[in-house]
Amino acid sequence: MSNAKTNPLSVFLNGLGDENPVFVLLLGMCPTLAVTGDLASSLTMGLSATFVLFCSNVVVSLIRNLLKPHIRILMFTLTISTFVTIVDLILKAYLPEMSAKLGPYIPLIIVNCLIICRAEACASKQKLGIAVLDALGMGLGFTLTLSALGIVREVLSYGTVLGFAIAPEGSLSIFGFALPVGAFITLGFMLGIVNIINRRNAKE
Amino acid sequence: MELLQTLILSFLSIVIVNNLVFSKFLGICPYLGVSGRLDMAFGMGMAVTFVVTLSGTLTWLIDNFILMPLNIEVMRYVCFILVIAGAVQLVEMYVRKFFPALYESFGIFLALITTNCAILGLCLFLNLWGVSNFLNALVLSFGAGVGFTMAICIMAGIRENLDLADVPESLKGAPITLITAGILSLAFMGFNGMIK
Repeated sequence: MSNAKTNPLSVFLNGLGDENPVFVLLLGMCPTLAVTGDLASSLTMGLSATFVLFCSNVVVSLIRNLLKPHIRILMFTLTISTFVTIVDLILKAYLPEMSAKLGPYIPLIIVNCLIICRAEACASKQKLGIAVLDALGMGLGFTLTLSALGIVREVLSYGTVLGFAIAPEGSLSIFGFALPVGAFITLGFMLGIVNIINRRNAKE
Repeated sequence: MELLQTLILSFLSIVIVNNLVFSKFLGICPYLGVSGRLDMAFGMGMAVTFVVTLSGTLTWLIDNFILMPLNIEVMRYVCFILVIAGAVQLVEMYVRKFFPALYESFGIFLALITTNCAILGLCLFLNLWGVSNFLNALVLSFGAGVGFTMAICIMAGIRENLDLADVPESLKGAPITLITAGILSLAFMGFNGMIK
């Protein structure tokens, strides 16, 4: 977001650390909470969002000189919804089970604040190269955070990772973590832990 | 009589049992962003209720009478977004003209109703649940707005008191809000299975 950071590597790393979309910017909370019940759906969601983010950043960056201020949000959402339709159709064709499981949350990528925020804050102002790196960094950061939540919740609620048992059968089954409650509380405590780490780093 | 019963049941179900915020995680951004003060939360809830009622019924009509007969469901998301953006523009003009103070305090969040997942989410759910009756679609859209207003007002009430509470330093702000939301959604799970 700051103009000083135009060094390609720092743009890429920005999304993973300083401006991690979920932990720092608190963007894109709905899918973060809704589909992180297990690792497989977290990964599918993260990668779909990354694909949409990448494509829309490229398009927005290419047409940035034609954008008029008052209709730019509309242009962004129309661009994004085109790519989301593509992702939705691909998932329906090749991963029908996952598509049924994620249900309306794939089309809801259209209104994911993360993607609109990146189009507004980065792609509509920067050259193609920077926009691409930003999209990849942010997308990777989003996917990794979602996966972290997915792993914690899947282990605590079913005792498995990606469907493979890692704990003895039935020893770990706090079913609440697969429900909405688990999503809110896990993310709340994760944010707390991130806060503690950040404060410790700041002190040193 | 049977229709009336269906309508009342679907209203109750969308407000309490299938509340968009607590059970479907929709509209979390304004839920966390605007729920600091009760009066703002209520204003936000009203604005969302208006937009969701308008766009829910309009998209249902477009979906059922234009997109499906012509077999162009692929265009669904693009059309929905256009309708929602138009409805939000209406609200924005109205609030700016008649409630300038409220308009100032909303700031960017009013325009962001366009990207509120609760609204697009409801439009998609109307389609997913196969709502086949216009009145039912109207009641469900309105109920979704009422449910959202209720959720965000409860949260604002709690957060006004939370300011006075002694919260651990690292949990202040977003983390404690999320944990509170978790406990609230636990409470609302008690209604699960009451209606379909």
